Amino acid sequence: MTHAAFLVIAALAVASALGLVLRRNAIHGALFLVVNLGSVAALYLTLGAEFLAAVQVIVYAGAIMVLFVFAIMVLIPGKEETGLDPRRGWRLLALPVGALLALQLLLVVRAGVGPVAPAAAVPGGVEAVARLLFTRYLLPFELTSVLLLAAMVGVLLLARRRV
Amino acid sequence: MTPLAMPPVAIGPLAPVLIVLGAAGLVLLLDLLPRPVGRELIATVALAGLVGALLATLARWGKPGRAFQDMLVLDDFALFANVVICYAAALVVMLSIDYLGRNGPETGEYYALVLFSTGGMMLLAAAGDLIVLFLALELMSLSLYVLAGLFKRELAASEASMKYFILGAFATSFLLYGIALIYGATGTTNLDRIAAAAAGRAHDPLLVIGLGLLLVGFGFKISSVPFHMWAPDVYQGAPTSVTALIATGSKAAALAALIRVLVTALRGSQPDWAVLLWVVAAITMTVGNVVAIAQSNLKRLLAYSSIAHVGYMLIGVVAGGSAGPGAVLFYLLTYAFTTAGAFGVLTLCERAQAEAVEVGDYAGLARRHPVLAAALGLFLLSLVGIPPLAGFVGKFYLFAAAVRAGYLWLAVIGVVNSALAAYYYLRVVVFMYMREPEGAGARLVPSFAGGLALAIALIGIVLLGVIPAPFADLAQAAVAPLLR
Repeated sequence: MTHAAFLVIAALAVASALGLVLRRNAIHGALFLVVNLGSVAALYLTLGAEFLAAVQVIVYAGAIMVLFVFAIMVLIPGKEETGLDPRRGWRLLALPVGALLALQLLLVVRAGVGPVAPAAAVPGGVEAVARLLFTRYLLPFELTSVLLLAAMVGVLLLARRRV
Repeated sequence: MTPLAMPPVAIGPLAPVLIVLGAAGLVLLLDLLPRPVGRELIATVALAGLVGALLATLARWGKPGRAFQDMLVLDDFALFANVVICYAAALVVMLSIDYLGRNGPETGEYYALVLFSTGGMMLLAAAGDLIVLFLALELMSLSLYVLAGLFKRELAASEASMKYFILGAFATSFLLYGIALIYGATGTTNLDRIAAAAAGRAHDPLLVIGLGLLLVGFGFKISSVPFHMWAPDVYQGAPTSVTALIATGSKAAALAALIRVLVTALRGSQPDWAVLLWVVAAITMTVGNVVAIAQSNLKRLLAYSSIAHVGYMLIGVVAGGSAGPGAVLFYLLTYAFTTAGAFGVLTLCERAQAEAVEVGDYAGLARRHPVLAAALGLFLLSLVGIPPLAGFVGKFYLFAAAVRAGYLWLAVIGVVNSALAAYYYLRVVVFMYMREPEGAGARLVPSFAGGLALAIALIGIVLLGVIPAPFADLAQAAVAPLLR
């Protein structure tokens, strides 16, 4: 079961990574990156690192990707997406670098890294973090929610078109 | 999975802050009602929240409480600071009612943000842990960044907001870095445990650098030189009512937190920070007063004046003991009344289609509106430090504490600066009483709530000036829990 899940998720991750590199449209690439980050988060989940998975989704797939998409939409004008690459010569470098990477992969596979066992309930897992959040750091936790509410109200006030 | 053992949650010490934040939530909900409610009602709810918090604070006087594993320390020191903060915020809300209706958008969010910011200030003064201190500081500052840019139609307001936000975020990162280093040196963020862990190793490089970075962050929030550059632009661009809040409440909260951190957690490094702050205090006073002389915009003038007053207050921090911080607390009380009053007069004046902010606008004000001119005159005289007004007594306690602690030269610099400052404050008085206006000049916009706020502030500065002893004794006693 876990094996099958791993295979599906890993295939998804690799496919979306390929899509990210191969698509010409930057926005499509960004969307593939979202899928890739999400499937890596799912991989973390299968390994028992729930907190890491959640942070991966919230920080990378959430916040950082929004910034990425925003930057792409604002900065890249339409033509440059499809124009000729002015530095085509550099592409020749891809061959030796790719060969080096393939060699590394081969060595790693031959060295035989076994399957990674799911981590036990270590400090840093979601349970330990939650335990701290709701006991020792209860006040800062609640205070953060007030802070976010204030920030949200403030942003709405400043961004609203009607004065 | 073992069940979560919830720690005991003592709401009591948090009550004043909860009242303020609850009022903020209520204001937001009122603003959402399908049928718009009057802004007077919203402002009244905000005011009620602040008065409620003030009463809750006063009710806890003499009954210190700690909660949330010492993250919140509501001792008399925090209570005194909270009284100052609630008072200042309440005055600001009263001044805002008609001012906002005249100049800006009528939104409930304004009052909600004022309340959020006030809640942050109150928590800042009561923070017993660097994490809570950081979050409270952010809550206060984020709300103020937005409020500063409220009049977004005006270029100056957008500039003020942007400048305040970017420099503020920069300063906060310094503070956070300092907190991280202190955590690295001591292994805790709790102020008392930091003091215990740091005992005997005041020259641990991590600790010294952490202290320095912390002072940079606080220096920005209280606008001490050399981190004062934002103040004039922000004070000028922000709505005058918000300027009053920045000048009084946020300064009181940041100074209270600074004193608490220095006197409890970093008491072992006292010789280090005393020397550093000696220099900062002397430069801050001098720069503030000298540059203020050249200002013709009243809001900028008051901005530089507030920088100078931070310099005076730092004298008390340097003096240390119980007299120094006690004098600072008392000074904060007098300063909040005086500055809120001075900015309050500005919110009540306008000229044709604009705010009256130039000194020239106030020429001949005494002939047209004698009461208003007298009020502004009294506030300015209190800022100069003329007896029997509150400003004089506040300065007297500060300088006396410095002399008694052996910082004679710092007191001398303070006195010389006060004399220097008299020039630009009195110049405004001269304009009001002895000059004729060119053109129309400023005129009064009647406002019941604003007038009431000015009356309260006036009574405050006269009362504190005539019978200062009971309040000063309270301030001295409030410092005692820090010095244990």
